[in-house]
Formats: sequence, C-alpha cells, structure tokens
Amino acid sequence: MSERLDTLPKRLQSMARRHGHKRVALREKEYGIWQETTWQGYLENVRDLCLGLVAMGFERGDKVAIVGDNRPEWVTAELAAQSAGGTSVGIYQDSLAKEMAYIIDHADAKFVVVEDQEQVDKLLEIREQIPKVQRLIYYDPKGLRTYTDDWLVFYPQVQEMGRAYGKAHPGTYEEMVADGDGEDTAILCYTSGTTGVPKGAMLSHRNLIAMGDTIQAVDPLTPDDDFLSFLPLAWIGEQMTALGMHLSIGFTMNFPEEPDTVQENLREIGPHVMFSPPRIWEDIVTRVQVKIADSSWLKRTLWERLMPVAYRVADAKFAHQPVSAKDRFLHWLGEFLVFSAVKDHLGLTRLKRAYTGGAALGPDVFRFYHAMGVNLKQIYGQTEIVGIAVLHRDDAIRFHTVGTPLPGGEMRVEPDGEILLKSPAVFQGYYKMEAESTKTLEGGWLHTGDAGYVDKESSQLVVIDRLKDVMRLASGEIFSPNFIENKLKFSPYIKEAVAVGHGRTHVVGMINIDMRSVGNWAENRAIAYTTYQDLSQKDLVIDLIQGEIERVNADLPEAARIRTFVILHKELDADDEELTRTRKLRRAFVYEKYEPVISGLYGSAAEIPIQSRVRYRDGKETTIETVLKVRRIEQMARVGGAAV
Amino acid sequence: MSQTEIHLKIDDVAIGFGGVRALDGISLSVPKGSITSVIGPNGAGKTSLINCISGRYIPQNGSIQFEGRDITRMSPPRRAEQRIARTFQNIALFKHMSVLDNLMTGRHVLMRSGLLTCGLYWGPARREEIAHRRAVEEIIDFLEIAHVRRKPVGMLSYGMQKRVELGRALALEPRLLLLDEPMAGMNSEEKEDMVRFILDINQERGVTCVLIEHDMGVVMDISDRVAVLDFGRKIGDGTPDEVRQNPAVIKAYLGDKEMAG
Repeated sequence: MSERLDTLPKRLQSMARRHGHKRVALREKEYGIWQETTWQGYLENVRDLCLGLVAMGFERGDKVAIVGDNRPEWVTAELAAQSAGGTSVGIYQDSLAKEMAYIIDHADAKFVVVEDQEQVDKLLEIREQIPKVQRLIYYDPKGLRTYTDDWLVFYPQVQEMGRAYGKAHPGTYEEMVADGDGEDTAILCYTSGTTGVPKGAMLSHRNLIAMGDTIQAVDPLTPDDDFLSFLPLAWIGEQMTALGMHLSIGFTMNFPEEPDTVQENLREIGPHVMFSPPRIWEDIVTRVQVKIADSSWLKRTLWERLMPVAYRVADAKFAHQPVSAKDRFLHWLGEFLVFSAVKDHLGLTRLKRAYTGGAALGPDVFRFYHAMGVNLKQIYGQTEIVGIAVLHRDDAIRFHTVGTPLPGGEMRVEPDGEILLKSPAVFQGYYKMEAESTKTLEGGWLHTGDAGYVDKESSQLVVIDRLKDVMRLASGEIFSPNFIENKLKFSPYIKEAVAVGHGRTHVVGMINIDMRSVGNWAENRAIAYTTYQDLSQKDLVIDLIQGEIERVNADLPEAARIRTFVILHKELDADDEELTRTRKLRRAFVYEKYEPVISGLYGSAAEIPIQSRVRYRDGKETTIETVLKVRRIEQMARVGGAAV
Repeated sequence: MSQTEIHLKIDDVAIGFGGVRALDGISLSVPKGSITSVIGPNGAGKTSLINCISGRYIPQNGSIQFEGRDITRMSPPRRAEQRIARTFQNIALFKHMSVLDNLMTGRHVLMRSGLLTCGLYWGPARREEIAHRRAVEEIIDFLEIAHVRRKPVGMLSYGMQKRVELGRALALEPRLLLLDEPMAGMNSEEKEDMVRFILDINQERGVTCVLIEHDMGVVMDISDRVAVLDFGRKIGDGTPDEVRQNPAVIKAYLGDKEMAG
C-alpha cells in the first residue's frame, strides 16, 4: 500500500474503500436476527458520530469515555473520537459510580458515551464529581423518556447533528483523519492495579496497529473469519482484537444479543479466534462434564471410551511423538462421533486458535482442549504492551510456559527475576503520571513487574508471579510460593498447599489432601482409614502426594523444587484464620502458626510431634496431639509422574 | 387527573357467589393513561373485579364501559379485540411451549390469515407472520428475555414466567392492561424489574394499567390513583396521599398505626 495507514481511522477508511458494501464489518444480533453493518456503513456511522462530536465542540486531543456492553456503538464511538484526533477511554460497565467518577475525571473526558438507563443513572449520581464532562450521550433510550436533562443527548441525535455538520463543512472528516498521526494516543486503558489508584495506560495508534500486524504474522486470520466480542471492551484483550486486529485483517466482528445469550450466540457464530481468561475456559470444561454426566448411556460410554484416546493423541502431539495408526483411527472416529458434536454445541468448531492469559490455566484443562482438537495457547502480556507480548507457537505448546516473544519483540529477564519487554507495542506511559511512567519505561524497556525465567529446555518464558510476591532463598535465588502452591493445587488430591523457603536453604511444603478424592482413591485400594487425620498420615497416601509433588517439581527450576514435605493433620480453615473467606492463604499467619512444623521440616527428624488448638464453629476449643511424618524427596533429573 | 378522559368506567357492579357478595356495588373510574391500583385485604373482591373487567365473570348488576362502549356482557375474545389484556395471579401460560410461541399466541386476535394460507405459509400470510414475529421480538427485547426465547416456559423460574406472561399480554398491543398481583412471590430484585417494566409500559406505550398488588411500597410509589376494597365494597378512592389519609382505609386495611412502607 502506498499511503501510510498509520492510524486506526485511516485503516477504517481504507477497508471501506476496499470492501465497500461487499463485506460485513460488524454484526449484532437484535430482535432475534443477526443485523449486519458493512465496512462502508461502519465508516459512515463513525463519520456521522465524529462530526456530531465536533459540532458539539470536540477538538483534537479531547477524550471520550465509553461505558457499555459489547455493541457496535461502543467501537463506533471509539473510532469517532480517534477520527477527530481524540482518545477513547473504556470503562468497565460494572464499575461502581465512584470508580467511574475517578477515571472520567482523571482522563479529562469531555464526553461520555453510555449504553442505557442504568449507566445514565450512575453518571447523574456523580455529575458533581465530573465537571469537565460537557454532554452525556446514550444509545439505548429505554426508560429514559422522562429524563429531560439537557446534559443528556441521544446517540442518533448526535449522528444527525454530524450529518448536518458534514453538509455544511464537506471534507472536514477526511481532513481530520488525514491529520492523524501514528504517535497520537488512540486509547487510554485504565488498569485496575491491585494497589493504589487505577493508572491510565496511553496506547498510540502505532501500538495497536503493531499488535494487529504482528499477531497476524504468527497466527494469520482472513477477512472471511469471524470473531465474537463478548468480554468487556474496556479490557485490553478485547481492544486489541476489536481495534488492532479487526482493522488490520478485516474479519467480521460479532456482538452478542445480550450478555445472557453469549453461549447461544457463540454457537451461532462459530468464531475462528477467541481470547479469554482462564476462568472462561474452566467454565466450559465444567459445563461439558456436567452435560456428559447427564447424557444418555450411549453418549456417555462413547465419551468415556474415546476421551482417553484423545488425551493420548494430544500428549503425543505435545511431546512431538508419533501417534499409532490405531489411535489415529480411534481419534478420527471420536471426532466424527462425539467431539465434533460437543465442539459444535460450544461454538468451538471453527476455531483456528484460542488464547488464554492473565493467570495460570491448569494442565488438565489445557489437555482437555487439545484432546478435543481445540488449539488453545497460552499468552503473556499486559495492558502496557497491548495485551500479547509472548505466546505459544502452534508447534511448541507446553503447559507451564507462555511461549516466545512476537516478531519484532525482545525479552530479557533481570537478575532479580523481573521480566523486561521491548516492542513497537510498548505504551507511551501513564496518563498524567510522569514518575510512574519513567520508572516503568526505564532504559527503553517495559518493566513488567512480573517475575519469571526462561525455561532452559524449551527457551520459552515461564511467568511465576508478581515480582513483589516472590521470595528469596538464602542463596538469593527467587521462587514464588503462590506459583508452586497453585501448581500443586491443580492436582485433584491436593486441596491446599503451603510452600516455605524465604531466607532458607531450600523449599519445603505443607500439604492438605482433598478428603473426597483421596478418600475415594483409598477406598478403591482397600486402604482402611477413620478420620482425615488418620488418612493424611497413611504411608500410601504420602506416597501418592509425593508422586504429585515430584510431577510439579519436574516443571520447576532446580531451586524452587520442594525437597521435604508433610501432610498436615487438619484442613486449613477460614474459621481458624488460616484462610481468608475467599479461601486465600493468610501466609504470614500460617507461617507463624505452623512454625514448629516448619522448623521440623528443616530439621533432621523423621517425625514432628504436634499439638494444635482447634476452634469449632461454636467457639469451643480443643487440643489435638498427633505426629506428622516427614517425607524427603530425592532430587532426580526428571520424574515422569503417573498420569492421573 | 380530574379533567382527563375516563378510559374505563365501572358503575355499581355487583356479583355474588351463593351467599357471598364478592362485589357489592362497586363504582370506579380509571383515567386514560393512568396506573390505577386496587388494594384491599384477602377476599375483598379485587380479583373478582378484574374478572368482571376481562369478561371472565358477567356482573349480576351494574355496567362496565370501556372507551365509551358498554362491555358488560361482551365475551372475553371480543374484549381482547377491544385491546383489553390481562395477566393472572396464578400464571396461566402454555408450559410446554417456548417463550416465543407463548408470546405469538398473544397476537392471535391480531392475525388475519386463515388456516389454509397460514398452512401454506405463502404470500400475505408469510408477510403477516414476519411482522408479528418482529413485534414479538420487540417485546422480548423490551422485557429482556432474549436468553430464554427458545426455552419451554415450564423450565423457567417463577419470576421469569411472570415476565413472560406480561409479555403475552403486551403482544396483544393492549390499550388497557389488567395486572393481577404481578409481583407476588418475587424477590426484591425481580420486583424492581417488574416495577420498571410496568412504568415503561405505562409511560412509553401509553397503556392504561389496572393493578392489584399487596406490596404497599410499590402501590403508593407508582399509582396515580388507588381504590380500596373491603368485603366487596369500595371504602376509599383517590391519589395515594389521599388514600393514606383516609381514616376508613387506615382502620380497615392498613391497621390503626402509621402505614408501613
């Protein structure tokens, strides 16, 4: 292409010129029917809204905040602001009014575009705190008939103003778009931030376009492909797809009818690409398991017979090993009889690839998708680098890694374990936060604040934890207790785990077995037991858990491996203040409470006598006396634990 | 409210079952475009009154006029043609049919095509079906029930079924909507939704609503007028404020203390 398509609106213009009314840009289900907008129609909607904003006083550099479910109006408003040289600010639709007030005011938004009465009411409530907002634009008029406030204006009315403005000032839109520069800030993406106030990451047109183009180089899509936009558009992953990739590739973007109909709409559309956090993938697995359990005998039997074959095939693929002809045939049969039907129900049939990121996904979930023939890949990235910086390549998928950097990207791990990234997608800094920006972008690298290491065997990145949460052994080597514990908890036999090692020579662990699954396991092997405490100290149970730990150890760097462990005699419990009510470990408290056990683990004794007070729900306390067996794990090069 | 047009006029209506006088000379004027609530203790005759308006009962005495026409002895189907729709205290939907089909039945009186043309699904019948479907889809959108569109009604929660029933009444494009305890048995969130829908139906679609409801908070909040029945007699009538002040009402229904809610 001869002209420089360095901004998103320029790309929209180019798409409209190329595809006109021939191709569908957006599709939304409304009144039970998928209503389509062509590229030309998309451009016209953006143009009218943009000129409407200009007619109301929008100028280059101004901001528009947007709140709402996934609808064409959302992305249209975004591109309208950007066409006039402005910036869009996405806000999560379920934010509290006061969180919205902070972001809208901090971002200096001049206009706010919202979906419906619910959001209008929120905004009216905080009107005093957002004095810079001149007009509030809404696009779903239901229930707003009686609102007479001049502050409010109906979206189509703004577009009407825009059409009138366009007639009076022909060529204005085109001039404004031509004036746009790749270095203009396209979006402000506020990150929740676990501590302190949200920070607004400034992402330029160049950033978003770079992301769209580079991911296309690795995982190509075509203009005939479909994508269903159902995660909040304020989230960077959705922005990356809905703006960067959409305007780079020109596939069709679909919007669900209502948030409640996503599952049904997913099936109707059958998208070619999906990007979701682990929670969504885990939900789908659970749903399949429930449905299978409820299905007829024939279906269930087929599933149970063919799924192990599918797992074998998937495992062979991961290990780059050949698959036997028999398994190949059975897998084909499974696909024909069962898997294709299941995938069709879930809307995963046409999926070329799917991404997960943001948190660890259990290996079992991962294997499930690959067994079903869904190409699920792990990614690593941040808002500050437009979502994806590192990802699995199709032929190199591993459970515990997140892959290698995208083309044009560089990665480095600092001696303190921090992951640094560099690429054309690295953001411009945080809006109105000089000091933070300089610190994050020091030396031309994006300082992610995440700790990780490069896996020696595969040269792929492994992300451990937030840097501030990692701990150090006496030798100075880092490890993340959270990371180890989460990996252990992926085992069906381990309910809770506590890793210890800060300032020590090595890592030790305290384990809670899962009473139900270990109990079942024991019953199947005719191991008699009475109580939880009794079961937890059975030698065979300790062997079982040792196998699980060794399996996890195999994926961990040398220093972070658990060398010694005990199974605790009681479950960690929120009533004993060992867990929070949301079942997060209260680490400092547990370390202190179990100090005798921990010193025992670092000592040489084979058994740790323990007295502990148990508080019952009615407030009564008793003392339990017992002996915990310490198990030491010989360090081996690699242990292939038994498959579960 | 006083100079507005009277949409529904009930004049001295009485009905008895054996020795029980369910309605004993009730007169009531419902202004056009209003929400008029009928309240009263159990057995006061509220549902009997609704049944007289919808044509389920024929009053033994008195008359009912709707839009200036006497409908006292008109059959229920004819009343539906006059665009009088109702919901029931105990849901009366086709449990095995989908939400969509239930709503489509609501449009039955508006359909013109005959059995043959409908069966062939050809020409005008097809166009008509599409237009009706569109109208029903708008109601689905309005009531936010898109996600259960294809589900059999029997599988839905009670609150959701109530909503579907409201949808079916709306499918008739009513000018008068009779709501018999639309919020009974709902949790506060479902109630809030229902109130919002009723207000929207009243304000945006301009439908006159007659509402029977026990939740005094809701009644006092959304009604333009409130009529109070006790033992088949009307003991009070007026704006919510007037009713609240009315000593007879306070004594008979709300109790001797300050009204709650």
